[in-house]
Amino acid sequence: MAADFGQFFLNSLPNLFNGLGYTILLTFISITAGFFLGIALALGRVYGNKIINGFCVGYIELIRGTPLLVQLFIIYFGLPSIGIIFSPIQAALLGLALNSGAYQAEYLRGSIQSVESGQMSAARSLGMNRLQSIRNVILPQALRISIPAWSNEFIYLLQYSSIAYIIGVAELTAEGKFIAAHTFRYLEVFAMIAVIYLILTIVSTEIIDRVAKHFSIPGIGAAKRTSLRDL
Amino acid sequence: MWKKNIRWQDIRRRLTDETKEEIIMPMLEVKDIYKSYGTVQILKGVSFAMEQEETKVIIGPSGTGKSTLLRCINQLSPPDKGQVWLDGEEITNPKTNINKMREKIGFVFQDFNLFNHLTALRNVSIGLEKVKKIEKDAAQKRAMQELTRVGLEAQINQYPAQLSGGQKQRVGIARALAMDPDVILFDEPTSALDPELIGDVLDVMKSLCGKVAMLIVTHEMGFARNVANEIIFMEGGLIVEQGSPKEMFTNAKMARTREFLGRIGALYGEEETGG
Amino acid sequence: MALETLIESLPSLFDGLGVTLLLTAFGILLGTTLGIILATGRSYASRPIAYSILIYEKVLRGIPLLVLFFLIYFGLPQIGINLDAFTAAVIGLGLRSSAYQAQIYRGAINSIPEGQIHAAFSLGMNKLKAIRHVILPQMLRLSIPGWSNEFTILFKDTSLAFAIGVIELMRQGRYIQVRDPDLVLIVFLLIALIYFVIVFIANKTLRYVEKKYQMAGYQAEAHR
Repeated sequence: MAADFGQFFLNSLPNLFNGLGYTILLTFISITAGFFLGIALALGRVYGNKIINGFCVGYIELIRGTPLLVQLFIIYFGLPSIGIIFSPIQAALLGLALNSGAYQAEYLRGSIQSVESGQMSAARSLGMNRLQSIRNVILPQALRISIPAWSNEFIYLLQYSSIAYIIGVAELTAEGKFIAAHTFRYLEVFAMIAVIYLILTIVSTEIIDRVAKHFSIPGIGAAKRTSLRDL
Repeated sequence: MWKKNIRWQDIRRRLTDETKEEIIMPMLEVKDIYKSYGTVQILKGVSFAMEQEETKVIIGPSGTGKSTLLRCINQLSPPDKGQVWLDGEEITNPKTNINKMREKIGFVFQDFNLFNHLTALRNVSIGLEKVKKIEKDAAQKRAMQELTRVGLEAQINQYPAQLSGGQKQRVGIARALAMDPDVILFDEPTSALDPELIGDVLDVMKSLCGKVAMLIVTHEMGFARNVANEIIFMEGGLIVEQGSPKEMFTNAKMARTREFLGRIGALYGEEETGG
Repeated sequence: MALETLIESLPSLFDGLGVTLLLTAFGILLGTTLGIILATGRSYASRPIAYSILIYEKVLRGIPLLVLFFLIYFGLPQIGINLDAFTAAVIGLGLRSSAYQAQIYRGAINSIPEGQIHAAFSLGMNKLKAIRHVILPQMLRLSIPGWSNEFTILFKDTSLAFAIGVIELMRQGRYIQVRDPDLVLIVFLLIALIYFVIVFIANKTLRYVEKKYQMAGYQAEAHR
């Protein structure tokens, strides 16, 4: 019985591996693209004039107020009717990135605002202009403060990348469905997939925590992390 | 009515083509500064001037606009009315590059405001690197010099969170000094410190007398009396009186000045006038 | 005409919306009840129980909702448990939400000063009474912001029930797209609008409730 499962598992590996590759690709690219979008939006909200701020708020609220699936459907099914056609993987990357950007913008904004105003005064008093102050003084601190929220976002994206299955991307969950449809061993396949996601989550959390520790500075961002390892 | 100090008016020099007259301009000139926050008028027309390497101390009751005045000088809070001139250039003119001007004005904050994510060394060198565009090694060398000067060569690689209040403030002073400013503004530099740490910071400031112009807002009367070239007494957003420490402490012309110094003088005591 | 077909499609969209709202209601009910039990268990029960709850939370927060849906709807029949799509979706949504809500409630419980339970004991209450009359009321009030957040997330997550065949809002939209391909962009934009409006209303309402039941001077610690 166990050996049988073991054989099944080994047979499935190639497919699972392919799927895993797509999952990781989706996660990494969207979190990175989302990060840059998020910073732009956050800076626009904190330092921008009324128009820029309004635009940023509008975008963020729209994205956060609608499900990711709807956004993907609009991009993948809706846009072709006005001539913009994306492949499934392109649509998924775009959708996830745009989505993540809005969420990252919110906690980046919180972090930027939690850097005391005295830091900006000191930077300006040295003769730095606004851009220099943001780049050299505010952001280095805000980014460190954001690390707990950012690692949550990574886990979030890791899991929601599975939605890409619905528009046809052959990521991990899709591969699982494929194998299950052919072997009818639904329970085992999805249990395997669940375990793989679980391992990915735990490993990512560990890696991010290590990296964060490496970049940590005493006195900045001792924010409480709603850790999966809380006891 | 406040008494004008006519000293600086006597020594003005300006080069003009037409008159070929030479009038000396003071290094820092503050003219008729008005500032209000909302409906409250904080500064009601403040004027004074400073020369190179002069130590000037501003005293007065809390909330009378002393800190606001400093922030008006380096434009952290631009004044509503009035002008500030530094080395013949008008800072308050919107066309002036304020960032360039700020390189010449150092500012030491009551709350230190050290950059939390940088070591002491980098706190001092970052202005040199990013604003004055000095090459990294040279900047750090200079930062090292300044930190040694304020007695912190052992702490150069520590972060602000690891330093005591007095140490933080000395880093703040080093940071201002490294920029080679024409004048350093001190906004109540010791008010946030534990009493036993105040001495270290005051010692550093004393060592700077005569080497760089300093405009200091403080409650430390002993320091004012022993170290200042001139003392300005402010109240209600106006200068009540200004004069040398000797004049102000022993022979003040305004009753209010005498009253304030008498009370505060007794409270803070006198420092030994030796040496 | 496109507009006519769109208007004809509206009733089916509203049917879908109805199912979506039902999924939300049942899902949040399951999630909240279970979440409160789990949070109380982790804070006040014996160590083995607390540890098992931790494992449960870790697992349910570590796997995608979609995979959970598939496990319940496709996997369970293999061991004899056959559930219809709607029930499977409700269970999936509820279980996952309970794991996140447990976190929120635990944060709220931790914000309650320890003296509260000491005072309750000194009045002679046993553990159960103390929890019920002193801890729970405070915990619930402190949790409102976190709960509102979780509510909107669950509401949006109901869209994933699409993947196991529940005929909620998204699937109705897909049917319309198949019937009338020209309407695809409009339909999904409309669906987006419907979600947005409901989220907006829900947030405003919950913020009102939060203000109304606020305890002066109390704030919960940071949660998800």
